[in-house]
Amino acid sequence: MTTGTTSLAAAVAAAKQRLDQHTYETVQWHFHPSTGSPFWVAKAKELPFNPLTEVNTFEDLKKFPPFEDEWLRGGPIERWRPKGLDGKPTFVFETGGTTGIPKSRMVIEDHRIDYELFSETLPDKYFPRGTNWLMLGPSGPRRLRLAVEHLCQFRGGICFCIDLDPRWVIKLIKNGKMQELEEYKKHCIDQVLTILSANHNIKCMFATPKLLEGLCNALEERGQTFADTGITGIFSGGTEFTPQWTRFCIEEFFGGPPEVSGIYMTPTYGNTLMGLACSKPVTAADGYKISYYAPQPRAVTEVVDFDDTNRSVGYGETGRVKLTTLTKEFFVPGFLERDEGELEPPYETYPWDGVSGVRPFHRLASSTTVGVY
Amino acid sequence: MLRIPVVRWGKPYESLETQKVVHFLTGEPIAEVDQANGAMVSRDLRKANQARELLRDIPVEDLISRIKTAGNLFANATLPLGNGTQTPDQFVHQQSATTGLPEQMCRNNMTKNSFVMEKIDTILDALTRGLDLNILARGYGTESRGIVVSYQCQSPVLGAVLPSNSPGVHTLWIPVIALQLGLVLKPGSQEPWTAYRVASAFQQAGIPGEVFSLYPGGHDVGAAILSGCRRAMIFGGEKTIQQYAGNPRVQVHGPGYTKILLGDDKVDQWEQYLDMMVESIYINGGRSCINASSVWASRHTEEIAAALAERLGPIEAKEPTDPSAGLAAFTVEGAGKAIYEMLQADLKEDGVTDCTAAYGPRLVEHERCSYLRPMIAHAKSPSCAIATKEFMFPFATVVKCPQEKMIDSIGYTLVGSAITDNETWIDELGSATNIDRLNIGPIPTNRLNWLQPHEGNLIEFLFKSRAYQIAESKLVHA
Repeated sequence: MTTGTTSLAAAVAAAKQRLDQHTYETVQWHFHPSTGSPFWVAKAKELPFNPLTEVNTFEDLKKFPPFEDEWLRGGPIERWRPKGLDGKPTFVFETGGTTGIPKSRMVIEDHRIDYELFSETLPDKYFPRGTNWLMLGPSGPRRLRLAVEHLCQFRGGICFCIDLDPRWVIKLIKNGKMQELEEYKKHCIDQVLTILSANHNIKCMFATPKLLEGLCNALEERGQTFADTGITGIFSGGTEFTPQWTRFCIEEFFGGPPEVSGIYMTPTYGNTLMGLACSKPVTAADGYKISYYAPQPRAVTEVVDFDDTNRSVGYGETGRVKLTTLTKEFFVPGFLERDEGELEPPYETYPWDGVSGVRPFHRLASSTTVGVY
Repeated sequence: MLRIPVVRWGKPYESLETQKVVHFLTGEPIAEVDQANGAMVSRDLRKANQARELLRDIPVEDLISRIKTAGNLFANATLPLGNGTQTPDQFVHQQSATTGLPEQMCRNNMTKNSFVMEKIDTILDALTRGLDLNILARGYGTESRGIVVSYQCQSPVLGAVLPSNSPGVHTLWIPVIALQLGLVLKPGSQEPWTAYRVASAFQQAGIPGEVFSLYPGGHDVGAAILSGCRRAMIFGGEKTIQQYAGNPRVQVHGPGYTKILLGDDKVDQWEQYLDMMVESIYINGGRSCINASSVWASRHTEEIAAALAERLGPIEAKEPTDPSAGLAAFTVEGAGKAIYEMLQADLKEDGVTDCTAAYGPRLVEHERCSYLRPMIAHAKSPSCAIATKEFMFPFATVVKCPQEKMIDSIGYTLVGSAITDNETWIDELGSATNIDRLNIGPIPTNRLNWLQPHEGNLIEFLFKSRAYQIAESKLVHA
């Protein structure tokens, strides 16, 4: 066994121990009547086991039935707030809601903590501290908008945002109003071009893949390139990311990998429930493969068998993505995402399992409206 | 394995993600197809003008000659395809293997496509009503009657989102090269064969590769073609038609709701027209928009339905290589069953009779595909839902309807074959705006005269007739 392998194995073991300890503490917090949320304290009475005495490790979370995100619809929102956090200023972030009642998640400072951790993964060379950001993503009651703004402020910058209503976008797609969709996309890109033309020293941005390509195309139509914007760091996410799209973007829109073009893009994967998972650096040598690693122990991604969702698949095998959130504000024991992918092994930076090739879960794909913003 | 790349203005591009096209019966991979993405299409379309400029540098007469050569190559030559080559027999076999169409139908469609290329001058002469093609090429010119006319090209390229299940439709876009517009195609996921073979034949015949782009890929590719090309066509269902209704940039080809109308003066001799009705319903596996999906008459409808059922009901699903195979497979999992179940609901309605029920089960399911054997229904009234349904297999409803109410009741009709000598009714049929192609007499609905426009004139779609005044001294006499 080489030293590298030994140190990785030790790091994996340490991470596992840390996760078990964190799981225990999180469950104690959420289920103890003195600190827990009304929802989980009440839910404990329906469970065939006692979370306070029978959940000691991450593995023990399998005792919980799958988390149903339908529980997040409707109020009162306060039932999700742990008693131990009473009195703290509270946000509500929504997901869905094109029709009917959206799913809501209450947040106190999770979004800030998650994005401060994410900030550590961003290379200063391409995401220079103290420079300003552009948020090319959804506005409204979205976690992403405030989180990106906080990330920017945490790094010493000021964040410029656009108005983008993803619910309207989904309505346009569902109603087949593709011309209107194009108009709306153009409206969003026009806002960006205006901001970029106003001399605000913007060097970093968040963008969804679709809007990023829309921006690049709009710039090229004006005879410019993305490099002309002066932006060097892009954090992208929100919709499906494929290696081919990433390659196309890097090769053709950016003009090459970061060391050639000076433009660095990092894909991310996440949602309102979990926060965000970072990507292993994406390179041509690795076939532009995109592997995500959750911010353990606050959140965990697993890749599980399509039918036996308590069984993890082997490395390189395909399964459904299962998310677990373990923060003081929010507890989600095993939520089955609408995505599938391949299980990735731990590596030095992230000594725990990851997931690659994330795409819509094939059994649900036809009913999912993707490519939202 | 055969690998078929994305083609970007003639240049092959290998993507990181590919899609395998597989044999519909065995699942055996036939080819691996590279996949484009929408952003790639949008980016490449910025160079669309170059395609038109290249084609305008070639005299129209030369283009016509090269397209005729391409027609012959398409039908008879071994042509480059991806990392390999393709003989005409391989084309037929591959197309059948991935679409579920019997080989003999693929061969017929191949003949249709090569016919359009080989007769391109005659077809364009008909589509332009005899206009000198140099007038289209130059943008203006003087007609034989001494008047200056001008046609303004509305787009440097035609985009087309092609289907997987109807290889005959390619005849609609093939003439575009002769009009000096480039082609931006999204081949059907199960049927990349025709688009690539046509492009290959064109190139071998001397048309520059830089005027073609072929983008196999997902929905984003189709959307990018439709939004990025100033003129595009798409093939799809009713939903697609509604989506692009009123969009002058997009020509939609969807269900045909093609019909046979028997006039009161001829309906008593209905037996004379049975062969014509059978052909209209059954040919090409009932897959085309020009297959009849209903037969309308004021009387004898029960007997007509029973006679059609007797002729079509016993037809069995056969191996695709069987020269007598007449049914095409549904290769999408569950598609055959879903259609069958939809029909069962319609058949339960009062006034509807399932006339093929006595000829054995209609749904034939295999491990990887399914077939629907021909179905004939009878509807006592046009108000029955089944009267205006269309499905992609030999299916038709015989509808009882008084002649005087027929035109108002039939709804949109791509091809209407009216069997009548009644001049008043012929005049009314000619004025009916819900009938696109009108056949007067017992002409099978599938027998198209290639010299007639189909679902809108391609010239009118691509060119705008406009005023063009020019000083006498500068006038070029075309």
